[in-house]
Amino acid sequence: MEYLVASAIGVMTAAGTYLVLRLRTFPVIVGISLLTYAVNVFLFSSGRLTIGYPPVLMDGAENYADPLPQALVLTAIVISFGMTAVAVVIALAAYLAGDDDRINGIRGRGPDTARNEQDGDGTAS
Amino acid sequence: MSHWITLPVVLPALVAAVIILLARYHVQIQRVLSVASSVALVVICAGLAWRASDGTVDVYTLGNWAAPFGIVLVADRLSTYMTLLLALLTLPVVLYAIGARWDERGRHLHALFQLQVMGVMGAFLTGDAFNLFVFFEILLIASYGLMVHAGGRARLRAGTQYVLYNLLGSTLFLFALGTIYAETGTLNMADLAGRIAAIPPGEDAGIRVAAVLLLMVFALKGAIAPLQFWLPGSYANAPGPVAAFFAIMTKVGAYAIIRAYTLFFPPYLDVTQGLHTVWLMPVALASIVIGMVGVLGAKRLDRLVAFSVVGSMGMVASAIAVFTETGIAAALYYIAHSTFATGLLFLTVDLVKRGLRHDDLSLNPRGPIPSEAAVAGLFFAGAIAMAGLPPLSGFIGKLLVLDASYASPLVWWVWAVVLGSSLVAVIGFSRAGSAVFWKSHELTGEAADHAAPATDPDDRPTRLELVSVGLLLAALVAITAAAGPMLRYMETTAAALMNPAPYIEAVMSSTGKDLSGGYDDTDPDTEEAE
Repeated sequence: MEYLVASAIGVMTAAGTYLVLRLRTFPVIVGISLLTYAVNVFLFSSGRLTIGYPPVLMDGAENYADPLPQALVLTAIVISFGMTAVAVVIALAAYLAGDDDRINGIRGRGPDTARNEQDGDGTAS
Repeated sequence: MSHWITLPVVLPALVAAVIILLARYHVQIQRVLSVASSVALVVICAGLAWRASDGTVDVYTLGNWAAPFGIVLVADRLSTYMTLLLALLTLPVVLYAIGARWDERGRHLHALFQLQVMGVMGAFLTGDAFNLFVFFEILLIASYGLMVHAGGRARLRAGTQYVLYNLLGSTLFLFALGTIYAETGTLNMADLAGRIAAIPPGEDAGIRVAAVLLLMVFALKGAIAPLQFWLPGSYANAPGPVAAFFAIMTKVGAYAIIRAYTLFFPPYLDVTQGLHTVWLMPVALASIVIGMVGVLGAKRLDRLVAFSVVGSMGMVASAIAVFTETGIAAALYYIAHSTFATGLLFLTVDLVKRGLRHDDLSLNPRGPIPSEAAVAGLFFAGAIAMAGLPPLSGFIGKLLVLDASYASPLVWWVWAVVLGSSLVAVIGFSRAGSAVFWKSHELTGEAADHAAPATDPDDRPTRLELVSVGLLLAALVAITAAAGPMLRYMETTAAALMNPAPYIEAVMSSTGKDLSGGYDDTDPDTEEAE
């Protein structure tokens, strides 16, 4: 189970990082969502991975599932959910105002200029 | 246990809610509430600082749960000093936003201001690492709204970058906290101090990773190189009063570094070896250099000021990186100076922007602006403070940083960079000032007919605007005049930080509910809570 959870965190982090480096708003937001999934699973596993143990409130139990990371994950999920919503709204407003979904740089500058000039000119204001 | 500690967090939260729910369409009521709350916060924070000034560490256990189990708010010298600083910055900024009618150019400015104050106050007061994260998120989500206040293409684009950058920072913060919890099993800062110190040397790989991750997160908030990329764009494009208010946001990062790396990752532990001298000091010096290169290279007045903020955060970080009592004391003094100087400069830039009646702040002569003498005077004073020339507090601050750096192995690097950067800052600011304020008169001489519309009385700064900017200048003069007593206070604060035993003792001996009362599964309280 450790390998499964660890590699899941690793794969999600790697995919999230790759998407963030795309530097267009939609992939970046999806990438950040993946990163927050990864961090949520990571937080969850920070209380050790246990199966079938009771929560902390029980007499005579030898071991228990740590309830604190679950509370932390819940907080983190709520916050990242709200943050992603705000990010989507602001990114959408920026796209509608600027007619460009690039996060970094200005139209006509950047690594993929040539391709974007072709498909971007038609919609340029 | 004093309930007053909760007020700096609760009061702005309530005022923000009242503004949104009841005074949504009444700007006047919003203004009254916002100013009243800001004034009350100055009084409350001054009272808390007074209470803490004799070394008392006030601990408030939220929900009456004893310390390692529940969240605590802690008011010691450092926390109350930072909250007072925030309150003193908030009042002029709110007054300016009213005077310049920024609150009429978009909705909810005052509510967002109050929410942000709540977040920053909470970050300063909390004694729990995860709670620090939550307050960081509160201040960030309010700052996202403030950042794009009044809209506009450039501002929205800069806002998107700012939001996404900070979302990544939050993710990193959570990774750091998860690692800390996995290694120690607690997130209470005072409890962490004991548990991290007790980790045996062979098993400290995880906690070392956490120490580095946490430093990266705080460096990102504090805009310390190489994580400063978000700052110039966002500060330059944010509305004037918002940029001035953001002056405290970078200081939250500096505060968190001071708090975390004196309390639970102190410099004498094995896990933090090399963190300060090998990493923090060079990157601090690098941010001074980057800031000053930016000041020289900036083509717009607002970007120039934003880059000078990067430089001044580098100064703060280089003073912190020494990690001696003198170093921390110098950093604390410089934090106050940098907050007021940044606020002053951003508000003055906003006055210039208004006077020019367009957003193009490129450093070309554009014709004279109304009430130029006052605005130029304020810019001159702000530039003197930021560049670190006598007689204002920047000079004293840099002197303290230089003096403290003797304890660092990189002392000559610090001297070279700080003195060189001061020279560069003088050149950069005088170039900008003469382009905007002096050369514009030469332009008028050539084309006198273009000067007529510029003296429109509507564009003159109102009295309230000048007063609020003047308040920040007065604060700078005050911390210069009172540098002696203030520095003595900073030194006692730093001494208390370097010896955190009373703080830990106060937190860990707090009374309240804990798990000792038994935890059988038929406990009625627990079932009701479910």
